[in-house]
Amino acid sequence: MNDIAISLKGVTKVFGETVANRDVTMDVKRGEILALLGENGSGKTTLMNMLSGIYYPDAGTISVDGNPVDIRSPKDAYELGIGMVHQHFKLVDVFTAAENMILGVETKERFDRKKVYADMNEICEKYGFDINPEQKVYDMSVSQKQTLEIVKVLYRGANILILDEPTAVLTPQETEKLFNVIRNMKENGKSVIIITHKLHEVLAISDRVAILRKGEYIDAIETKNATEAVLTEMMVGKKVELNIERPEVKEKFKRLEIKHLNCVDADGIRVLKDINFDVYSGEILGIAGISGNGQKELLESIAGLQLVSPDSSVVYFEPKEQEESQLVGRTPKQIRDLGVHLSFVPEDRLGMGLVGSMGMSENMMLKNYGEAKGVFTDLKRPKALADQIKEDLEVVTPSLNTPVRKLSGGNVQKVLVGREIAANPTVLMTAYAVRGLDINTSYTIYHLLNEQKKNGVAVIYVGEDLDVLVELCDRIVVLCGGRVNGILDGRTTTKEEIGLLMTNLKEEEN
Amino acid sequence: MKNIKNVSEPFVRIAKRDDMPFGKKLLVRLVAVLLSLIVSAIIIFAITKYNPVTVYVTMFQGALGTRTRVWSTLKEMFLLTCIAVGLAPAFKMRFWNIGAEGQVLVGGIVSAGCMIYLTGVPSVALFAIMIISSVLIGAVWGLIPALFKAKWNTNETLFTLMMNYVAIQLTSFVVSKWENPYGSNTVGIINQNTRIGWLPALFKQQYLLDLLMVIGLVIFMYIYLTKSKHGYEIAVVGESENTARYAGINVKKVFIRTMLISGGICGFAGFLAVSGVSHTISTSTAGGRGFTAIIVAWLAKFNTFTMIVISLLLAFLDNGAAEIASKCKLNDYASDMIIGVILFFILGSEFFINYRLIFREKSGKEGK
Repeated sequence: MNDIAISLKGVTKVFGETVANRDVTMDVKRGEILALLGENGSGKTTLMNMLSGIYYPDAGTISVDGNPVDIRSPKDAYELGIGMVHQHFKLVDVFTAAENMILGVETKERFDRKKVYADMNEICEKYGFDINPEQKVYDMSVSQKQTLEIVKVLYRGANILILDEPTAVLTPQETEKLFNVIRNMKENGKSVIIITHKLHEVLAISDRVAILRKGEYIDAIETKNATEAVLTEMMVGKKVELNIERPEVKEKFKRLEIKHLNCVDADGIRVLKDINFDVYSGEILGIAGISGNGQKELLESIAGLQLVSPDSSVVYFEPKEQEESQLVGRTPKQIRDLGVHLSFVPEDRLGMGLVGSMGMSENMMLKNYGEAKGVFTDLKRPKALADQIKEDLEVVTPSLNTPVRKLSGGNVQKVLVGREIAANPTVLMTAYAVRGLDINTSYTIYHLLNEQKKNGVAVIYVGEDLDVLVELCDRIVVLCGGRVNGILDGRTTTKEEIGLLMTNLKEEEN
Repeated sequence: MKNIKNVSEPFVRIAKRDDMPFGKKLLVRLVAVLLSLIVSAIIIFAITKYNPVTVYVTMFQGALGTRTRVWSTLKEMFLLTCIAVGLAPAFKMRFWNIGAEGQVLVGGIVSAGCMIYLTGVPSVALFAIMIISSVLIGAVWGLIPALFKAKWNTNETLFTLMMNYVAIQLTSFVVSKWENPYGSNTVGIINQNTRIGWLPALFKQQYLLDLLMVIGLVIFMYIYLTKSKHGYEIAVVGESENTARYAGINVKKVFIRTMLISGGICGFAGFLAVSGVSHTISTSTAGGRGFTAIIVAWLAKFNTFTMIVISLLLAFLDNGAAEIASKCKLNDYASDMIIGVILFFILGSEFFINYRLIFREKSGKEGK
């Protein structure tokens, strides 16, 4: 028996005219942690989906333990000992942990609760998981759900585990815990393939790094010989400056004053609890927090898209005269009619910020189509703006009329950010502005935000990558359970400090 | 180690295609029609032993053989088109207006009522009253579900569907009230001798005026949907209500306004059906066209000019099939079957426009 667990030869996968993977030839060794690195759209997930039976390769062969195999379905993959934990969890919410674990495993026996619990506990003990077999999935945190997904895969006897961006949703502490588990699995002789684009994590956890670029396999190097700069260069194909600037702005004025902001959602749950903070011009205010802790509602409350409790207050200070106006209780249009230049890059780019079926031009007039005279829309100005944004931000699109839905994630975001900045904002709110974007585009966005900050715009940056928050933001508001759990100085704080505030409420619930 | 199953590659796989050039799309559709005719021919021959070519010629003659038949097909076409044009804004807004049938009926009832009761009014004024009142009642029929949707977020599909039954019951009621002759349980041709309230013939063509009005509507709706601010709002709301709110569009207002227009045009179709075509009213005045028009609107992807083509195709098939049924002594079901086969292939061709099949051999062979 050799030490190669999986070997891919000339594997190719094509979607329409897009080549997702071209002629990929690579090996995964037994008992190693292999990091699969690549920018978005470089074909990492597609390649792994072919190993786990979701897609079938158009050409090439896959061998497991030296034998060529055909993996036609996830079931085939399991039988070969390959298990994948997807980025989006595939769990049944109303089932318990144990029920989810055995789901889809074909046995003739009846459901023996005791035996299943025992099996589960055995796996947990062996690898150091902490999970309660009787807990329902809807009661679980994101980190627990992920743990359950991994347990599920191990229960099915996987020897090769594929983890697709497992740390994207975790705090630094949870990530460390996950890495310990991965190391335990390695000691037990399992091979682990981890997809990520966080370089420092690659360096921390992996034995070897395989790099994909534009669907092609570039090379694999030993992690001990790698540095962030070397990896980035291999990934992007050219040298990239990896420093995020944080320019100093001398004059800062109060732009927004948020007081006693409370918000109850449709289910009667208090999603924002007594939020108080100020936003200044010439600074980037970061907002950190585990996803779903009130970030979305906070931004939407400011933008007039969320019904808030009547005693809440969001006061806007006009830059010239410092004239105050109350934003609570107004619709987005009324806010705009007040002369408030509030730009908002929402999290859901195609479901809120843009109209997916329309082209760039038509999307440009989404907020100001009403300004045209008469009953008809005026496409001239939006077209000129679209042209300019396409040029300035290097948007790749076949034409200005191509539905933006068909553009890649990075280009969609450029269109959206471009439009919002073109509106000459005094307040610019962004939610997960670089999520899913490649390194180059991400740095373009950071640069654009810094430009706005230097122009005296008050920038609010809701982010998930703590490294970026610490480098980019002047101040960081940490949200936890719908509360402000601390406001930190971006220059002095650490991501561990932020991570702690994200998970542990300081004060008691009242 | 595990037992390694040596399974082979799947026989056929489906892969998404990139956009096809317009000419090729047209070709695929033509091939689909051709294939459907061949398949129908085989079925016809297998079951009836008729010469399929004769059957097709009969079909063609049934739809377009004489001047009367041409107009009969055109009549069916413009009614369908008119309703589809009415449905277009609602469906583009992703507001599932299944209630065209009812909206057409109430428009028809009002038109018939005017014809019966307002015989003393000068004809220009009478037509103005008929058009305005049937548009208004259709608009009200569309407004009610829209209001409920805006206010309480009720399901518009069920709501508009149920409004149809209200309209049908109303029609039964007025039919019994306006019964003529007594005991026939039909309204009969209204004003048969005086022709009061009948849309006049233009250049001696009975239906030309109707046709022109519908073409006017087609042009209006095309411009309304593609060029106007309202049309832009409808497109945004249809794509995503969240985006609409983000853009500052008053979603409820757009719902209500659009359904007023949608219902209004369907009400106008009711006026056309009564005053322009049948000159009577019955529960079958709408005759299922309110539902067929949904297919027309969707197949046309809300392009009102394409709706004319699709309506024409459906009207042609309908009239042609009816002719086969009577001439070749096949029953209605046989002709329905032929329509079914043809529609199946046309709809099926959309699959080949969007996807391609890859067969085993690894040679990358393509489906049709």
